Amino acid sequence: MAPWHISEIAGTIPYYLVFLGLGFAFGFVLELAGFGDSRKLAGQFYLREMTVLKVMFTGIVVAAGLVLLASSVGLLDFDRVFVPPTFLAPGIIGGLIMGVGFIVGGFCPGTSVVAASTLKLDGVMFLLGVVLGIGVFNETFSADSLTQFWYSTSFGRMTLDEVFGIPIGVVFLLLAVMAIVMFYGAELSEAFFGRRVAASEMKYKPSNKFYMAGAGMLVALGLFLTVNGQPSPDEKYMKAALASGVTVDNRDPYVSPAEVVEWLWDTSVYVTVIDIRTESDFNDFNIYGSKRVDIKELESEPFVRQLKALPENSIVFLVSNGERMATDAYRILVGRGVANVYIIEGGINNWLSIYPPASEVAKRLPEIPEDEERLRYVFERSVGSGCYAAHPDGGFVEPPLGGKAEMVNGGRLARPNPLSGVAVPPHEKKVKVKKKAGVSGGCG
Amino acid sequence: MKALCAREVAMSSGKGPRAHINPYVAGVLLGVVLFAAFMLTGAGLGASGAVSNVQTAVMKVVAQDHVDRTRILAEKGGGERNPLFDPSVFMLLGTFLGGLASGLINRRVRPEVRKGPRISNGTRLILALVGGAIMGYGARISRGCTSGQALSGGAVLSAGSFAFMFAVFAGGYLLAWFVRRLWV
Repeated sequence: MAPWHISEIAGTIPYYLVFLGLGFAFGFVLELAGFGDSRKLAGQFYLREMTVLKVMFTGIVVAAGLVLLASSVGLLDFDRVFVPPTFLAPGIIGGLIMGVGFIVGGFCPGTSVVAASTLKLDGVMFLLGVVLGIGVFNETFSADSLTQFWYSTSFGRMTLDEVFGIPIGVVFLLLAVMAIVMFYGAELSEAFFGRRVAASEMKYKPSNKFYMAGAGMLVALGLFLTVNGQPSPDEKYMKAALASGVTVDNRDPYVSPAEVVEWLWDTSVYVTVIDIRTESDFNDFNIYGSKRVDIKELESEPFVRQLKALPENSIVFLVSNGERMATDAYRILVGRGVANVYIIEGGINNWLSIYPPASEVAKRLPEIPEDEERLRYVFERSVGSGCYAAHPDGGFVEPPLGGKAEMVNGGRLARPNPLSGVAVPPHEKKVKVKKKAGVSGGCG
Repeated sequence: MKALCAREVAMSSGKGPRAHINPYVAGVLLGVVLFAAFMLTGAGLGASGAVSNVQTAVMKVVAQDHVDRTRILAEKGGGERNPLFDPSVFMLLGTFLGGLASGLINRRVRPEVRKGPRISNGTRLILALVGGAIMGYGARISRGCTSGQALSGGAVLSAGSFAFMFAVFAGGYLLAWFVRRLWV
């Protein structure tokens, strides 16, 4: 499913060719549209020539429609598409400044490139100006006040459907209708201000058949997206599982506590352990550094967004007392597009059987509780993560000579728990993570 | 007006620049290119980010020490890092070549200064430089220009991108009347 993992080929020639090709198409279309001509661009602000509005809004609506359509039918994972994060105040102030620059200079950075390429000297000068302006920003960025402002009013990844609390298909429908109304206004404006047609002589009834057909198609697409909706997290989980071949049924995402310990000690990865048990169980005992989250909160947009914003070399481990609740949480997070999620095998109960707490701290119930999601240990006092079992030794040893029989698929044998002497079972390494991967993949 | 007529005569005789295509058709093409970018790379199109890399590269030639000590410059081109080996720079290069290709095909590549009828070439060129500088500075404040923020962000319905877009138009329209001498 798209978007294709192009960052995996970062630094290779095909990788750069893709960007070169996209840029080429972009520049070609901008030039075709007449965006290399500053008068055509500036005409927008005198209502005589509405090319900028027409091209830009058609582009936005068509691209948005295609993106949502691809996502709706399962060709594209919208959760993995980059949405420019919202920083409201810098966005608006920067936008106002750019509006001023636009009317004074007659271009925006992209169009000036195209103007320069067709030897429009004003485009060349503008482009030099852009380099200058960006230089001034880069030089002055370390100033405290500017930095603070630049990071202010941050909302992260926020799309319009979240702002208005309506389905994204409806947002598109409204956007399409808005665009059509604006295009109608633009045509009238061009006739009135551009060609000086008297108001009484203007044709108010839209007559161009192609335009009508285009408008009809946009509305039809909007209606389809509204009815068909976007895939639910459950459907997306199924799709993701199908695509990656990693399924709960095959027990692929279940990771032994010993492996989790190994990752906890690995400083080249960023490990998040999410504990979805009750607060009292969590207070009794929790894995060092874990975060307790209610399943409600886990599903919430801000939380999911936070997980998605983690760098590529992050691993998320989910844990409950048993496996059932953690597995439910797993399906939700994978369905929402969070990457590198795993479940701790057997939950806290299994963890404590491998790394048992001291006997004066907790006693193990002799029989397995009926509900696997009940804590099998009775704690004398709440130790939280303040005991050895919460952060066991990460020193692993290779199996002794001739100990091959104990190896599981190249897995390693962990050192026995030095306090309890309980041997840690051999385990198979399951977590696959890019270590120290370039997040934006650009340094080459 | 005379110049315009000459242009049109030249156009019809087949030797001057061809007319621009219908803006809605251009818009649809633009939308398809943008969609392709999302499918292939997971992100949209952009221009100003790459200019920042180019700026860093220029500074690197002039003063490597300074690049190493300045926060943003160091991120892009500190030490051995080559700021030009960035996907955005290749996109920028592609944009230039694409514009050139279309310009050649449509006979629009010619050295000229496009301006309003009431100002001189010199004024236009100076103001282009000034406007570019304002635009460049604004683009970095808002984390992207009209292509990266408004177009690409708008297509994925980013709330901030729409706020940004309206701010750009607001800024332009607010000032348009005062600088009308430049354009009409």
